[in-house]
Amino acid sequence: MDLHVLWFCLLGVLLMGYAILDGFDLGVGILHPLVRGDTERRLVLNSIGPLWDGNEVWLVTFGGALFAAFPDAYATVLSGFYLPVILVLLSLIGRAISIEFRSKSTSRFWRAYWDFSFFLSSLVATLVFGVALGNVVGGIELSAEGYYVGGLSGLLQPFALAVGLLAVAGAAMHGALYLQLKVEGALRLEVRRWAWVAFFVFVGLNLVVAGMALRGVPHLLLNFERWPFAWAMPVLVGLALANIPRGLVRDRPLQAFASSCASIAGLTFLAAAALYPNLVVSSSSAPSLDIWRSASSEATLRLMAIIAMIGMPLVATYTATVYWVFRGKVELDEHSY
Amino acid sequence: MDLTLVELSRAQFALTVMFHYLFPPLSIGLGLLMVVMEGLYLRTGNPQYEAMARFWTRIFAVNFAVGVASGITMEFQFGTNWATYSRFVGDVFGSALAAEGIFAFFLESGFLAVLVFGWNRVGPRMHFLSTVMVFLGSCFSAVWIVIANSWQHTPAGFRLVEHEGALRAEITDFWAMVFNPSAMHRLGHVLLGSFILGAFFVMSISAWYLLRHRHEDFARKSFVIALWVGALASWGELVSGHSQARAVAHNQPAKLAAFEGHFVTADHGTEMWLMGWPNVEEQRVEYGIAIPKMLSLLVYDDFDRPVQALDQTPPQDRPPVVVPFVSYHVMVGLGMLFIGMTSLALVLWWRGRLFSQRWLLWAFVVAVIGPYVANQTGWVAAEVGRQPWVVYGLLRTSDAVSALVPREQVLVSIIAFGLVYLALLAVWLYVVNEKIRHGPPEPRPRDGSASESLVVAAAAVGMGRGGHSYTETSADVAARSSVALSRSAREDEREEESR
Repeated sequence: MDLHVLWFCLLGVLLMGYAILDGFDLGVGILHPLVRGDTERRLVLNSIGPLWDGNEVWLVTFGGALFAAFPDAYATVLSGFYLPVILVLLSLIGRAISIEFRSKSTSRFWRAYWDFSFFLSSLVATLVFGVALGNVVGGIELSAEGYYVGGLSGLLQPFALAVGLLAVAGAAMHGALYLQLKVEGALRLEVRRWAWVAFFVFVGLNLVVAGMALRGVPHLLLNFERWPFAWAMPVLVGLALANIPRGLVRDRPLQAFASSCASIAGLTFLAAAALYPNLVVSSSSAPSLDIWRSASSEATLRLMAIIAMIGMPLVATYTATVYWVFRGKVELDEHSY
Repeated sequence: MDLTLVELSRAQFALTVMFHYLFPPLSIGLGLLMVVMEGLYLRTGNPQYEAMARFWTRIFAVNFAVGVASGITMEFQFGTNWATYSRFVGDVFGSALAAEGIFAFFLESGFLAVLVFGWNRVGPRMHFLSTVMVFLGSCFSAVWIVIANSWQHTPAGFRLVEHEGALRAEITDFWAMVFNPSAMHRLGHVLLGSFILGAFFVMSISAWYLLRHRHEDFARKSFVIALWVGALASWGELVSGHSQARAVAHNQPAKLAAFEGHFVTADHGTEMWLMGWPNVEEQRVEYGIAIPKMLSLLVYDDFDRPVQALDQTPPQDRPPVVVPFVSYHVMVGLGMLFIGMTSLALVLWWRGRLFSQRWLLWAFVVAVIGPYVANQTGWVAAEVGRQPWVVYGLLRTSDAVSALVPREQVLVSIIAFGLVYLALLAVWLYVVNEKIRHGPPEPRPRDGSASESLVVAAAAVGMGRGGHSYTETSADVAARSSVALSRSAREDEREEESR
């Protein structure tokens, strides 16, 4: 297998892992202000308490892997999206701190402040991730050297903004379905209502984004013309999405959450399939940054592949261990947030 | 103010990395102490050790969270502000960073969850394993990031290749890159510096409790463990610092000359300034005390062999002198202070008089600031001493920035980071202070066969005394008996102390 393609796939896997795992804890953050009552808020916060930090590591490793495998794409995207990236960084800091500090004092003002900051930072991070992905896939203005030259306003394209909203709705739905697994009683019924609302918004936005992609962004379809069997994926995503209401109606939270994971995985796959073999699509006459042009040397890609082959099984083991230790409903004890 | 894009980008990097580096060394150092404490708990079964591990874990968790939050910035800042650098080094530096993510961060964050939240969910052995893994993870993290940084100081195992119209470095020999000439010296120095910080942090809080006569058994045990670690690490740091300075003399002579304020190469042995202030215009050190020929002795084991000075480096390649000189001397001076304090405290402890020396305990309460300053100034000396290069001899800092990012945007992000970090620091201080005021948890009885036999014994005693223990649950009795036991253990120690 071409090492460049392998690394494109590995980055896709990291992004998928990030979207599925951090997706639900970002979603929990977005839903958090809807929760009434301090104990309930603590329950909801502690449902992601032991997990959010490990979930974020997927992003950090994605960043490191992008830097190592495709340094030119890393440099172009991060310096080109300067202020949005800084905004995401500040949001991730804000989130970490809000989760950690919220319950460290009983003052009402203190808790209200951190609750708001938890909500806002989760929302902003999710939105900007979505907009950034929309821009990378939808195309931005590159110079001949492959630098982004469109300025801040060039990032506010309708398609990218729609993907941003899609990300927010998807995270909210995913978070609500996750909470269904973790909380009990009246709170769970409440959460189920939110899951329904978020589900319909998410499906609606999926249709909007799909419509915009089909009509306005023709290069997204090139790979589907080349490999018609790729059309199976949107169908699978549709089936996974349709399975969510079944899980909700029959009151099988695990089924609903698993379907949500599958639909997010499918959507990440679709984005990657539309992008391939590019990493950053150029909307100007300059060529796009593809996986050959922006890559590190073959030797480094091979070396990194070895590191990944050693590391990935370990990562899977740790992740599975932690999720196993913290399975089941949340309970508050003296070590909780 | 009319700062250039390069100056602003450097200021932002300095701000974010220095703020970040307030936290990881404490995580590493505290992690080691937690491993020792929990290991002692498993060995001795004394619940006080478990209470110690739980208390320090709480502070560790807060510290770790702020470290992670401020660390994410670092991972992405190479791309945002140093795009040209990223393109130049991605092949090499990116690999080390990715290895850090996959080998260190996942390990740390996964087991951290068990360490912090798993006390009631997993058994003591699994919990101990998690503590060890988190500690190892934080060390691995140091390994990879120090390797990556050291490669910038002493590049090795690479070649320069033209790519997309610009030169860049590509790995030719992975192990030569990993074991680049300065990597292992610097790694040892960084880890020992972290252990010293962890030790002084624990000693500071423990000394405070002792002065206030609160949680005395807890504080004494914590203090002594930290004292041993602190003393060993301080002496180790002396050895490490010495070998590292010799390596710098060999690899980056201009940097050592800047550290030492050594402007003009002489034909005799070179003096070493213990203190002073470098006057760059007149090329000499003012208001100083120097030991003749000392630097030659330390670097070459030879009184008369001159050490290369700044005049051997072309002016455009010379590092600034004042900042490296001052920060280096502050670091070395503090290192000597740590050796003195910990050695004195060890002697007094040996003689059983340590905990009655209130002045020394007060000194330890304050001394925690020392390792923070030393860790920071050490890095300042190393990184400013590397200038004007970002990759020594290959890429200048002024050529490495994201040239297309508008200055104003960097200014905005500096202000934003500055405000957020200031608030963060305040909250961190507040929360850690609350935890210190709240104090350690009560030692709790150990589950399992050992305590069951205690319950039987205690129940028997209780019945003998009046029979009302029928109404008590066995857990109550176990709790009471273990409190009684730990009290008697404490009395034993006090006797030991007074001897």
